[in-house]
Amino acid sequence: MEIVKPLAQYLAALALAPLLPGVINRVKAFFAGRRGQPVLQLYYDLYKLSRKTPVYSRTATWVFRAGPAASLAALLAALLVLPFAGRSAPFSFDGDFVLLIYLLGLARFATVLAALDTGSAFEGMGASREMQFAVFAEPAFFLGLTALARAGGHASLAGMFGALTPGIWRVAAPVLALLTASFFIVLLAENSRVPADDPNTHLELTMIHEVMVLDHSGPDLACILYGAALKLWLFASLIACVVLPRRTGSWATDSALFLLAVLGTAAAVGVVESVMARLRLLKVPYMLITAFAFSALALIFQMSR
Amino acid sequence: MHTLAELVIVFVILLDLALAVTGSLSTCIRLVAAQGVVAGLLPLLAGGHFQPRAALFAGAIVTLKGAVFPWLLLRARDKSGAGRDVEPLITYPASVLLCLGAFIASSWLGSRLPLPATGVAWIVPASLATIFAGFLLITTRTKAITQVLGYLVIENGIYIFGLALFVEQPLMVELAILLDVFVAVFVMGIAIFHISREFDHIDTAELSELSDWRRGEYGR
Repeated sequence: MEIVKPLAQYLAALALAPLLPGVINRVKAFFAGRRGQPVLQLYYDLYKLSRKTPVYSRTATWVFRAGPAASLAALLAALLVLPFAGRSAPFSFDGDFVLLIYLLGLARFATVLAALDTGSAFEGMGASREMQFAVFAEPAFFLGLTALARAGGHASLAGMFGALTPGIWRVAAPVLALLTASFFIVLLAENSRVPADDPNTHLELTMIHEVMVLDHSGPDLACILYGAALKLWLFASLIACVVLPRRTGSWATDSALFLLAVLGTAAAVGVVESVMARLRLLKVPYMLITAFAFSALALIFQMSR
Repeated sequence: MHTLAELVIVFVILLDLALAVTGSLSTCIRLVAAQGVVAGLLPLLAGGHFQPRAALFAGAIVTLKGAVFPWLLLRARDKSGAGRDVEPLITYPASVLLCLGAFIASSWLGSRLPLPATGVAWIVPASLATIFAGFLLITTRTKAITQVLGYLVIENGIYIFGLALFVEQPLMVELAILLDVFVAVFVMGIAIFHISREFDHIDTAELSELSDWRRGEYGR
């Protein structure tokens, strides 16, 4: 039983992750007055893509072929240390949040290398932008997790989210509110959602993430889409854990509340995308510096309590 | 009750950061007004039991800082043709990082100052950081009107610092300070207007040179 539950949680995360882009699309369609695509659209897409034969350019090397698989593997590993509903993850040790950040960095590195390997100047441009924004997003995320570690008094992800209780919201509400805002901004930027990047755009001058994966096809593209869904799930579940700390003792109630919070985060992303315009490319670092400032303030507040 | 006051303190600091990144002059004026209002309401939130005198004083502060000052400043901006941007000398991210650094330094300083215990966390660091944000506005923005805004932010910071020392201040002292600030904003508003009429601009970098000398130099 001790092994089954974390495993079941891990499989549930893997199975439910592609639901989030569907929820976002449905919320956007609701705001635009349309019916929108089915919530399960990404599952259909993944099934369709996995049956196709990939096409490879003659100039691309094995790096291009390995990129999507390596990035998906890194994200699958990152999900192993991620707590589910504030309970312990399959793997948990002191300082595993550093591993989580490095695995996210590795996934990005593999995608960027694959993009550069195509030899297309266009994809190189997207890769450069992705790296440029990561420079601003990663410190914000790292400082935020550090502040959370200070607030919970544990150095492992499962420990710091397990220590989060409604009581901490009562005494340290400013810290947690700042962290939620910071994580949400990082989520928007890391998952190429609207104020930073438009997932639907195909305008050359403004694309960031989409431009890097233009040359991937078939199962490779499926890997990338599924990896993006997993990344969205990862950030959404971190936010859900902060916003809705563990309240009841029951396994089922906690899990249901957690899933609701994750879906709520996805809906919030959809609302942001519907009511906001994209920021100018030069303004995106400002947004991420704001997230950095929020995280830094949260950390300072927590230290000087 | 104190959690609410702490949230207000955090809000004051976020307003400092917002002032550091805002490029629009009218937004800056409104942010300073919002900070004044929030700071004015702080004693009511931190004090606990309700007192008519404190409520009256908070009402005076909210009226002055929330309605009269923004009105005067917006009027001065329109009449002097100051334009819409604050035109900083350093980039906005640099301003934010300076503000963050100031907050780190002031939280270190606040923990070392021999002050009476306040009960509300972060009130001393927040006031010092607000004073620094005012200095930042004065030194790194080129327009005369942002200097007035900087003084107002410094006044907010000093007011919050006073709250850290005594939750309830002598009424006369506070009213006198408020009157001083009011007269200062009034005079500065008029002065900016007259400077702009005399010199065609209110850029402080240009104000360091004498008007007659320039006129002689360029033969205008």
